[in-house]
Amino acid sequence: MSALGKVVAAYGNMVTAAFEGSVRQNEVAYILCSDGGRLKSEVIRVRGDKCNVQVFEDTRGIQVGDTVEFTGDLLVVELGPGLLQQIYDGLQNPLPKLSEAAGLFLKRGIYLASLDRESKWTFTPTAKEGQEVAAGDVLGWVPEGKFEHQIFVPFNFIGKATIVKMSPKGEYTVDKTVAVVKDENGKTRELGMVQVWPIKIPLKLYQERILPTEPLVTGCRIIDSFYPVAKGGTACIPGPFGSGKTVLQQLISRYADVDIILVAACGERAGEVVETLREFPHLEDPYTGRTLMERTIIICNTSSMPVAAREASIYTAVTLAEYYRQMGLGVLLLADSTSRWAQALREMSGRLEEIPGEEAFPAYLQSRIAEFYERAGLVRLRNGQTGSVSIIGTVSPAGGNFEEPVTQGTLAVVGAFLGLTWARSNARRFPAIDPLISWSKYLDQMRESLDRRAPGWIDRVKGAQRMIHEGAEVKKRMDVVGEEGTSLSDFIMYLKAEFLDAVFLQQNAFDAVDAANTLERQVHTFDQVYAILLKDIKAKDKDDARNIFFRLTALFKNWNSSPWGEAAFRNYEQQVMDFLRD
Amino acid sequence: MREIITKIDEITGNIATLKATGVGLGELAVIQSPGRSTLGQVISLSGGSVTVQVFGGTKGISTSDTVRFLGVPMQAKFGESLLGRIFNGSGQPVDGGPEPVEEEIPIGGPSFNPANRIIPMQMIRTNIPMIDVFNSLVVSQKLPIFSIPGEPYNQLLARVGMQAEADIIILGGMGLKFDDFIFFKRTFEEAGVMNRVIMYMHLASDPVVECLLVPDMSLAVAERFAEAGRRVLVLLTDMTNFSDSLKEISISMEQIPSNRGYPGDLYSQLAARYEKAVDIQGLGSITILAVTTMPGDDVTHPIPDNTGYITEGQFYLRYGKIDPFGSLSRLKQNVVGKVTRKDHNDIMNTMIRLYSDCRESRNKIAMGFKVSKWDELLLAYGKDFESELMELNVNLPIEAALDRCWDILARHFDPVQTGIKQGLVDEFWPKDTIKAMEKAA
Ligand SMILES: Nc1ncnc2c1ncn2[C@@H]1O[C@H](COP(=O)(O)OP(=O)(O)OP(=O)(O)O)[C@@H](O)[C@H]1O
Ligand SMILES: [Mg+2]
Repeated sequence: MSALGKVVAAYGNMVTAAFEGSVRQNEVAYILCSDGGRLKSEVIRVRGDKCNVQVFEDTRGIQVGDTVEFTGDLLVVELGPGLLQQIYDGLQNPLPKLSEAAGLFLKRGIYLASLDRESKWTFTPTAKEGQEVAAGDVLGWVPEGKFEHQIFVPFNFIGKATIVKMSPKGEYTVDKTVAVVKDENGKTRELGMVQVWPIKIPLKLYQERILPTEPLVTGCRIIDSFYPVAKGGTACIPGPFGSGKTVLQQLISRYADVDIILVAACGERAGEVVETLREFPHLEDPYTGRTLMERTIIICNTSSMPVAAREASIYTAVTLAEYYRQMGLGVLLLADSTSRWAQALREMSGRLEEIPGEEAFPAYLQSRIAEFYERAGLVRLRNGQTGSVSIIGTVSPAGGNFEEPVTQGTLAVVGAFLGLTWARSNARRFPAIDPLISWSKYLDQMRESLDRRAPGWIDRVKGAQRMIHEGAEVKKRMDVVGEEGTSLSDFIMYLKAEFLDAVFLQQNAFDAVDAANTLERQVHTFDQVYAILLKDIKAKDKDDARNIFFRLTALFKNWNSSPWGEAAFRNYEQQVMDFLRD
Repeated sequence: MREIITKIDEITGNIATLKATGVGLGELAVIQSPGRSTLGQVISLSGGSVTVQVFGGTKGISTSDTVRFLGVPMQAKFGESLLGRIFNGSGQPVDGGPEPVEEEIPIGGPSFNPANRIIPMQMIRTNIPMIDVFNSLVVSQKLPIFSIPGEPYNQLLARVGMQAEADIIILGGMGLKFDDFIFFKRTFEEAGVMNRVIMYMHLASDPVVECLLVPDMSLAVAERFAEAGRRVLVLLTDMTNFSDSLKEISISMEQIPSNRGYPGDLYSQLAARYEKAVDIQGLGSITILAVTTMPGDDVTHPIPDNTGYITEGQFYLRYGKIDPFGSLSRLKQNVVGKVTRKDHNDIMNTMIRLYSDCRESRNKIAMGFKVSKWDELLLAYGKDFESELMELNVNLPIEAALDRCWDILARHFDPVQTGIKQGLVDEFWPKDTIKAMEKAA
């Protein structure tokens, strides 16, 4: 089964090994360093009696002739109760435990159990003795925070089996047997609460994929109202450095109306993850009143951690997301940044001396991106319930230029494009999503569901989108001919677009109320904004018009920062109504 | 002792290839030519062949030179005796003093465990209003100065270094001009801080790739001091030279470049260094201030571009001033109004907004459009803003700088025109300005 080999060449994080016996593509291997280190690696190419492995660790000290142990197993994650609230590295090592074991700094070659082996869970059996089961069938559940964490027959279980014995309701550690089954060959197997699944293989134990038609509310107006994301859908956030990708993702991670959030910090700053991991235990989940941490898993492979593990981290994250989807939950995966993952692919491809494509990215970049986003989706499970994985990934285009391979490859597969630009972030128009370039195909796809909440919604939103473009056209002309060369009606068009931008598309992330809006509130505000856009504004001259919109903008901003339904809110709303009636 | 190899098979660029066994990746080698020895590092192994990156450059190296592998990766000297000392790009003393003997430590070590990090909250006072007021620097921040060549970036670096209340300053020079080296040395000596400075000086006249070790040595030493409870400020100038050296090596290794000749791992290489910045709970810290000269003032060039994606903001140095547009401190929200005065956030935003309006008015003039009364106010305001706050020679504690902001505003505007909240106006708006007196009269 597991073969042995020897290092014959090494460069960067790629090692070439000669082996005897058989080796599987993508199986895990360990390189035994002369200093006693055991370095985890993955086979990424096999050729004759040699194979290339990417090493998930610092490769210093590796020598020609070092032993390579092949495990025969693909790179897997552990699945079971206790994943929530964890902070893992890209290979699912729990970072806080690693700190207990190794101190302030990471240490290569230490691999710890992903799930805690000591904590006990209250298992309630739901399957019956004598029942016939197969991979993915539910044996029982344990409470994990507010969720009923389902315990499944392992997803890699082959064939049918009969339950011989179910453990009674009680307290169990994850390794304890909760069911004994007899498989098709009459072999008895003990099943616990923890199982493994290879990260690069999508978990597809559902009945069917269905078209996402329900909105994933992020609390961000420009997204939810203008360029929405569906539950089970995908979106990308490309933008140059400092344009606000991470802040936007952090906001979404707090306010999104999903059950579980997976934060995948992929090759970005460690300091940014720290904000999440230090603050979430103290912040309230707006939907349940529990702490945000209780619905969150952090996968953290920051920029100075080994590059190959960064490549794996994205898959680790999406596999955990799929696992919770299997329980009928709505999961949102936030990946920051997918460009760093693509760069990890590029580094390996370069070391393999593959023929490079554009900007030296491998030719298969596009298909890898597609495969990744395709793991999102709304699915109907075998028990009739639905579950979803939604993915919102940031892209960090070189030079801020969207015409580069990762942005283009991503745009080809996602359902929504939220493009950030310096023009907006420098002008402090946050979130810096540029309405002139962004789009979402979910607006039409969710028409039925959205129009049910607010009749005629889609058409009004599209009307407003058109005005943003018209306003931008006027502005362009005005930059050439000046204000004096612009007609009053054009000028008012421009002011209307600016008004819509200022009071609806922009949102103050640091205002306790304005930071996130429910969909109900968004619809409510938007309808008044839209009424003003349609209203014939009577102004004596441009200064008069400007003053009218100054006043309106201030009024709406105050309205936006007043708590929903309270006296101040109603007061400002009344002023808006009064203006509209005039 | 290890075997000594006496034949080099191939020499290209900064790379030498030879046959050797029992050699590990990253291991250090000494190449001994008649009359000189240079350091090299193993960067790739293939069968019996070993490729060595030669830090001193391969110029003059002969196939018959001897190569000795040291069995360890590159290390740096560490100890209290480093304080006040000057070393070259390979860590050799160049100030005439003795070799430090306390301890040898590995360089380029593993990352700080993210789970052990804390949210940085301590402001560093630089007394430069464009930093303290508008883009506050925070302990453990990593921040580059983006500059066109020729700007006084080293002066700015030295000034921040001196004023930053750090326990230890480590200066890593890469491709530094001799004059700049002397400037730094004099400045530190004259200020009487040399006894807490360590300098790694790779000069413009030294072999180019030798500068590759400078950030790693500086940061490894900084890390040990930080673990010992010291607040360390690391100044790196110029990271563009460092990146260009990476490019040279990768071209010698025949790697396919990703962008304008730079290797695809430029981001990871830079991040591995910048991410050493850290605030260790209960112990010390590392703050990194670096210089990145922008080839052709082009921020989309791969070096500033990759840097911007790694660092926690940037200062743009243009025409001798820190430009408020484009400059950013991503950690300022941790301290503004929290450890600084409560008017800080509003005054900062208002000043910038009005200054940005002023620039628009200037554009109007440039385009030949009509100028309104409001434009005139803005223009006069902008002039004072530039001369009283933006000039690099302005040296004010933050409290005085905030007061000056109020002063400038009151000189040119009515409170309502600034849009500042009434509460703050009541408390902070100067009562005795000329404008107020005119009104009273
Ligand atoms: N919604 C917002 N409101 C106010 N300020 C914001 C907002 N979004 C971003 N900013 C400002 O912009 C800075 C940079 O934002 P952020 O870190 O999210 O950028 P980024 O696009 O992730 O950059 P990078 O690609 O370098 O990681 C923040 O530190 C903050 O000062
Ligand atoms: Mg970011």
